[in-house]
Amino acid sequence: MITGTEKPIEEILAMVEPYQRLILAGCHGCVTVCRVGGAKEVQVLASTLRLAREAAGRPLEIHEVSLERQCDPEYVEKLRGLVGGYQAVLSIACGAGIQFLAEKFPATPLLPGINTGFLGVTVRQGEWSERCQGCGDCILHLTGGICPVTRCAKSLFHGPCGGSVRGSCEVDKEIPCGWQLIIDRLEALGQMENYGRLKPCKGWSSARDGGPRRIIREDML
Amino acid sequence: MKSASNLEKVLAAGHFAVTAECGPPRGADPEIVRRKAALVKGNVDACNVTDNQTSVVRMSSLAGCMLLREEGLEPLLQMVVRDRNRIALQSDLLGASALGVRNLLCLSGDHQKFGDDPQAKNVFDIDSMQLLDLARTMRDEGVFPSGRKLEGAPQFFIGAAVNPFADPFAIRVPRLKLKIAAGADFVQTQCIYNMEKFKKYMELAWQEGLPEQVHILAGVTPLKSVGMAKFMRRMVAGMDIPEAVVERIGAEPKEKQAAKGIEMCIELIEELKEIKGIAGVHVMAIEWEEKLAEIVGGAGLLPRPVVE
Repeated sequence: MITGTEKPIEEILAMVEPYQRLILAGCHGCVTVCRVGGAKEVQVLASTLRLAREAAGRPLEIHEVSLERQCDPEYVEKLRGLVGGYQAVLSIACGAGIQFLAEKFPATPLLPGINTGFLGVTVRQGEWSERCQGCGDCILHLTGGICPVTRCAKSLFHGPCGGSVRGSCEVDKEIPCGWQLIIDRLEALGQMENYGRLKPCKGWSSARDGGPRRIIREDML
Repeated sequence: MKSASNLEKVLAAGHFAVTAECGPPRGADPEIVRRKAALVKGNVDACNVTDNQTSVVRMSSLAGCMLLREEGLEPLLQMVVRDRNRIALQSDLLGASALGVRNLLCLSGDHQKFGDDPQAKNVFDIDSMQLLDLARTMRDEGVFPSGRKLEGAPQFFIGAAVNPFADPFAIRVPRLKLKIAAGADFVQTQCIYNMEKFKKYMELAWQEGLPEQVHILAGVTPLKSVGMAKFMRRMVAGMDIPEAVVERIGAEPKEKQAAKGIEMCIELIEELKEIKGIAGVHVMAIEWEEKLAEIVGGAGLLPRPVVE
């Protein structure tokens, strides 16, 4: 899923400062799972903002709403009748969702209420960890199912670097060395011959480096 | 000859080679490089110039190499893949060769978080293994990696760094093998203090016949004090300094520790000379270049051979 983190409340208050009436839009997708942008968070954030603005003597009217997904036109359309009545939309969906709203409602300012994180997994309750950079050319079959682009701080294709110490990355002892994980798994799978092969330079054009990407499925158009 | 560099010639003639290292200054003052060059000259076959080591911004490695050349020293260009993509790397390889740099060391580079600019974007378009392959392809095939012909192939004696002490130990020798396959003509090792482990590494390397395929230059760094030993052990990733080494220098009174460190370094070089497959020594006297002559001379490696 796409993860996110809360923005500091001061930052959000500064963003909404010019407005008296706005929509606070949550999303039932990924950001609900990582507890940062769902219906519950909409309620909590709306209350916090209202209280702060009341205390400042400048009340803020907030319309609370949560869409099934902010990245799908079908659900985004549900806002169409509403937006005209408000000065701005504060969205706590991921960056994709926020931008999609901006695209669909060109006359309305969109404000990001969270910081979008990464493509990751729930390690345990309250802990999420990055797994994929969406680079568009997967080689997980060669690396024991562990991604060197994402799990190695240097995205090395022939790691580990000299900074790997007792299974930890030189960047932070709390980060496991991606290449140690890869080697352990290749050994366990009896696939160490994959380690000894020189891999060609990665083509980054399938990643974001090739420009903003899109997928077209002729069979679905 | 792949490059006709002095280092390549010395090794090809079967001499025990000596390289050292110069860190360029944190500024634009060329005199600092020239002063270091004067201390290194005559004591080595080539001198590494580091490339923004520990991600701290310094004068560029190529500029440092050129200043060394002006002083009559043979430079060895260190090149990390942290800061430049393949376009910039290729371009700098061509430029370095055009300016007469003949030795190259391909490295990953420390993560940017260790330097003054931890917010910098890290590049790592290719890794050090792929840089070896790229440099070798350009030199031997006279083409860019894209296949287009070069207007003059770069000439480099190509090297890599190896750390026999990093984790996991099981892949240390396979990794050396891979670096040789990717294009390394020589390797320089991480500082050796744990001789027992290093001998084990060499034994495993011999099982694969690797010392016959690559020149292995053993890395040494003289310790200035017991404090330095403890600091390096604690702070430098992949640095293996056994307790016995720390105790030995620590047993000396403070004012005699530096001399002890040099004595220990010389002993280490003498021991390395006896190991089958060690082609030379890489003396990293960090900000202590003035001791180089004493160390290299003390190990019986002066004067340096002149090979035509």
